[in-house]
Amino acid sequence: MDLKDKLLSSFIAFENNVDLDNPVHEVRSEAIKNFEEKGFPSKKEEAWKYTSLNNIQKVDFSVFPKQENTLEYKEIKKYFLHEIDTYKIVFVDGVYSSYLSETTHDGVDVCLMSAAFSKPMYKQIIELYFNKVASKDESLTTLNTAFSKEGAYIYIPKNKAPRKPIQILHFATGNEAALMLQPRNLIIVEENAEVQIIERHQSLTGNEVFTNSVTEIFASKDAIVDYYKVQNDRDNASLVDNTYISQKNSSVVRVHTFSFGGKLTRNNLNFYQNGERIDSILKGVTILGEKQHVDHHTLVHHAQPNCESHQDYKGIFGEKSTGVFNGKIIVDEIAQKTNAFQQNNNILISDKATINTKPQLEIFADDVKCSHGCTIGQLDEDALFYLQSRGIPKKEATALLMYAFANNVLESVRIPELKTRINKIIANKLGVRVGFEL
Amino acid sequence: MLEIKNLHASVEDKKILKGINLQVNAGEVHAIMGPNGSGKSTLASVIAGKEEFEVKKGSIALKGEDLEELAPEERSHKGIFLSFQYPVEIPGVTVTNFMKTAINESRKARGLEDMPANQMLKLIREKSELLEIDRKFLSRSLNEGFSGGEKKRNEIFQMAMLEPELAILDETDSGLDIDALRIVANGVNKLRGKDNAIIVITHYQRLLEYIVPDFVHVLHDGKIVKSGTKELALELEEKGYDWLKQETAV
Repeated sequence: MDLKDKLLSSFIAFENNVDLDNPVHEVRSEAIKNFEEKGFPSKKEEAWKYTSLNNIQKVDFSVFPKQENTLEYKEIKKYFLHEIDTYKIVFVDGVYSSYLSETTHDGVDVCLMSAAFSKPMYKQIIELYFNKVASKDESLTTLNTAFSKEGAYIYIPKNKAPRKPIQILHFATGNEAALMLQPRNLIIVEENAEVQIIERHQSLTGNEVFTNSVTEIFASKDAIVDYYKVQNDRDNASLVDNTYISQKNSSVVRVHTFSFGGKLTRNNLNFYQNGERIDSILKGVTILGEKQHVDHHTLVHHAQPNCESHQDYKGIFGEKSTGVFNGKIIVDEIAQKTNAFQQNNNILISDKATINTKPQLEIFADDVKCSHGCTIGQLDEDALFYLQSRGIPKKEATALLMYAFANNVLESVRIPELKTRINKIIANKLGVRVGFEL
Repeated sequence: MLEIKNLHASVEDKKILKGINLQVNAGEVHAIMGPNGSGKSTLASVIAGKEEFEVKKGSIALKGEDLEELAPEERSHKGIFLSFQYPVEIPGVTVTNFMKTAINESRKARGLEDMPANQMLKLIREKSELLEIDRKFLSRSLNEGFSGGEKKRNEIFQMAMLEPELAILDETDSGLDIDALRIVANGVNKLRGKDNAIIVITHYQRLLEYIVPDFVHVLHDGKIVKSGTKELALELEEKGYDWLKQETAV
């Protein structure tokens, strides 16, 4: 049985375990129909030209974990941003771990989707927001919607901000031979509210993991959202991250994606601007080696006037790694005075590494500023000579230049401890001694 | 200190240096002057080991050791310093971090431990004061957005930090106003000593009023066509380079 058939037959069992009277039931049923019709995306589709899910479909994934697994905090502490106090929503093999988590209902809700789905007090919010910005025809998104049951639920009411950042962590223990996970997150940030979120997926053994995640983010008027995705997984782990963001007037949403590992990572990051004076910021640092593959597909849809978007993705590709950047910007006819910027710079440090980069601009308004640029290159020889002439050996000079190249994307990271952590990961990846303060 | 014999160098098969002979002893300051395109900057880059230039003939030796096989960083470790005519901008690396890396890599090459942090800070403070460099400047990205004068001052700051045995200053005076020129010259003169040598490459005589050379050489079409003492620089200032070109044509 291939993975699609397995998922379709599992759906019946899945539905039997959830509340059939819940309005979400209908959403799920619609979604599975769409997935049944479309199946997994294939390389024949333009959007999946450079990323193949064929190998993933051959693996006999367990769709529901058979047993509850536990982890000791000290074993996994290093995957947390433990230098500061944070709220934590932690899942082990897809199951919520209250022992490792720290949630809250004190003025804000930092808790679970399963709670939001089942408790009457959240019913109205679920009806208003759940599956409202996520795609209803993209096959992997609908697959996730069909199985949506667990994930992070974050609700920040008007004028509120949680006292500390929130971490969402998914661990795969490897106690199942091969495990497929489908977390579903819903994040609502009301008017003039603010939140900072860090998300990480981490496999702990060599067994296969495939995560198909969907996150919906709603930023109301004047809201500020900072979302950090840390992708530094083992080489047995694949991730498809589908993130959908709806923004209203004068809101600011910044998403930073740090892709340093994993076998296959696909980021579908979609911004929909439904208001004026919105700012959308998309930043990415990708550093790959071995046979790792990362595919960034971004979409910014400018649907109202006077908004901005800023995209800055930097990539360093070594060994046989492959990268894709596809940045789509749509500016509707009504969206005059749009400023949309997109930059994708790449360095290839191996003859066998490849990058495919493509800007895709669809502009229907006439009074807009849009710029895009992509570069694929080697390091600047003059800069290298300059560093060498000061006694820095070629290898270290090369690393230092790459470090500097990637590092300036971090300027907009607003959690200093996270910035330091990411800096260290980058330095480590590139073999730079970061004995200095930054 | 430095001995250059019959040096021929090319870039992409274009011959630039066509038989340079130059001997620089410890304690001496040599000025190399000459019109644009005469090969001054090429000579500086070849001594520092830039790979783009190919040495076709001849040799460069530092304290008796042939440099041909040495990478730029190894030449630096042996005590060669080049102050760039056009210092490269490196966003993302601060002046301080760059200097720490450079100092510690040089120490490592000499089998020494990293310089302790407090000692490093003291050194940076001392040398930045010498060059009248603002402390804020040290946490900026290397050369990024620096004015011409700031870049040159930063070059001499690096020189002061690394204390080279042979410093080559490539057009260090260009882009400097008179105050900056005085500061830079003061920094260079502090390094002068019986164990060090300096090569000043310049188009104009101006810098040589502050860094007084022991010898002046005129480079033209890849060769040293005339050598003399500091009076030669004044003569060049007065007459320009044309009379030399005519003289060599004959």
